[in-house]
Amino acid sequence: MNNLIILPIIIPIIAGLLMVIFKKSIKFQRILSIFAIVSTGAVAVILINQISKDGIQILHLGGWKAPFGVSMVADMFATILILVTSIVAVCCLLFAFQSIGEKREAYYFYPLFLFLITGVNGSFMTGDIFNLFVCFEVMLVSSYVLISLGGTKIQLRASIQYILINVISSFLFLVAIAFLYAMTGTLNFAHLAQRVAEVGQDGLLTTVAILLLIVFSLKAGLFLFYWLPGSYSAPPTAISAIFAALLTKVGIYAIIRTFYLIFYHEPQITHLLIGILAAITMVLGAIGAVAYGDINRILTYNVIVGVGFILAGVATLSVEGITGSLYYLIHDMIVKALIFLLGGTVIHLTGTSKLNEFSGLIRLHPQLGWMFFIAALSLSGIPPLSGFLGKVFITEGTFVTGYFWLGGIGLLTSLMVLYSIMKIFINGFWGYTVLTEETEKGTTKGLMLPIGILTALTIALGLGSEGIQTYVDLATQTLMNPEIYIRAVLGIK
Amino acid sequence: MKVPNDIIIRSVTKVAVVIILTFAINLFISGHHHPGGGFIGGLAFSSALILLFLAFDIETVRKNIPVDFKVVAALGVLISVLTGIGGMIFNMPFLTQDFDYFELPIFGKTELATAVLFDIGVALAVIGTSLTIILSIGDDR
Repeated sequence: MNNLIILPIIIPIIAGLLMVIFKKSIKFQRILSIFAIVSTGAVAVILINQISKDGIQILHLGGWKAPFGVSMVADMFATILILVTSIVAVCCLLFAFQSIGEKREAYYFYPLFLFLITGVNGSFMTGDIFNLFVCFEVMLVSSYVLISLGGTKIQLRASIQYILINVISSFLFLVAIAFLYAMTGTLNFAHLAQRVAEVGQDGLLTTVAILLLIVFSLKAGLFLFYWLPGSYSAPPTAISAIFAALLTKVGIYAIIRTFYLIFYHEPQITHLLIGILAAITMVLGAIGAVAYGDINRILTYNVIVGVGFILAGVATLSVEGITGSLYYLIHDMIVKALIFLLGGTVIHLTGTSKLNEFSGLIRLHPQLGWMFFIAALSLSGIPPLSGFLGKVFITEGTFVTGYFWLGGIGLLTSLMVLYSIMKIFINGFWGYTVLTEETEKGTTKGLMLPIGILTALTIALGLGSEGIQTYVDLATQTLMNPEIYIRAVLGIK
Repeated sequence: MKVPNDIIIRSVTKVAVVIILTFAINLFISGHHHPGGGFIGGLAFSSALILLFLAFDIETVRKNIPVDFKVVAALGVLISVLTGIGGMIFNMPFLTQDFDYFELPIFGKTELATAVLFDIGVALAVIGTSLTIILSIGDDR
């Protein structure tokens, strides 16, 4: 029993509820939201230390032991993601303070933001597949409101699409859970893993696994991503940045959890399917990123390429592949938030997202330009920045396990990613300076701080990746040996 | 402006609301051991309030019940979460509930359970949410 595990879920929700009650004071909401997220991050740091010392931490809610009650499980994988979530969320909040506008602040922006974090943290921590569904819903309902908050025309159109697709996927998720419960008689991840291993993963269970894969793919933007570019480019920058950094990652987390803990017995079907979908996702995403001349579109298609690349590592079911996926997942959360915030700042300054309508920004905003350059290099995995190590490990994983085509597509698409981001850099920052300080639509005042933090982080993560190696190794060790997880949760000595 | 003739519904409502509210509280209390509980009790409670909104106009009822139902919903969830934390203070897992028997003056031997506090939170959350939904649909401004 370790009550710390529940704190990343209840700190944001309590803070959010207090904000609904005291909705008049925006200043109070700002301070409380930062305080809540920072303390969540601090709890994650303490938990990471405990896990590296004493192994996986468990909390059986209400004292009801697994598999009968709902368990919260903090393994290294989930806890690292919670820490990164907190860091990214703080940066997006700092960006939102300057850019989100009074009207959205008055209409519960901060409470909704914290409820979103509650759902994300809950999804990472839960040890029960039905509870995962509930946490997904908490996250999705908040995101429905955040995506339509403000009610501009483009937002309303995007939100209808977004809500429809997510309602359908939630419905399928529930159906899959019902099938799973009918076949195994349990919902606890560890117990499910144990039972599936005992009875063997037959055709029916594999079908359920594929159904779950479809559901999580809809959330993660793997292959079934057609809703994503429209929805993620509609809301204001701070919101689309947190969406790009977190929401797809929760889907990826769910895929890794289910296909490394429960359904790993038939990799020639399920994991090959993940690999094929990942390859198609990378190719289509990269084509989209290269084709468009609109900053929002280019960035959202880059989110899709990232998803495909992470899952390419997941598909290999090898130590190298999953190590790479973990490194890349951490990197991707940080750098996607960074590149969205940068893109948003550029749009904020120029008042347009069309690349051919402005140029020469670097003369007035050298810092912004160079940070954009660093983010672009990091995004495509140039050493010594943070994307490099993940890319190396994922490629190694695909080559070791014989998925040469997957590794090849991964490398090819990262070149296309580099081209698509450099297109923004060259068109937007180089060339004749169109804007003067007077004709700019906004200022960068206050926006540079979160961008600076994230840029520093992507450099630090690249140079200091040795430092987090022990933790990532622990996480992969648990993922590759489901026994460790099962024993910890079910309390088998 | 034509004044609607709604004397029957108003007279019935005045009596019915009292009955529905009593029934709601009964459902809520019985929920500890029998069918009922915070969710259904809260729904019955809000149905009484909705009947009031239907029979009289929104402004009149608002004047007599001057609470923001969004705050009620938030307060409800807050109470539920805080009862969960109550267990943590005694170094038990989050959401641990406890109960004991007490000799009370009028009721005699009574079972008091912390789960009721949790249920009060649930009921408030349900009342707040359902009325917020109804009022935002019903408000045509």
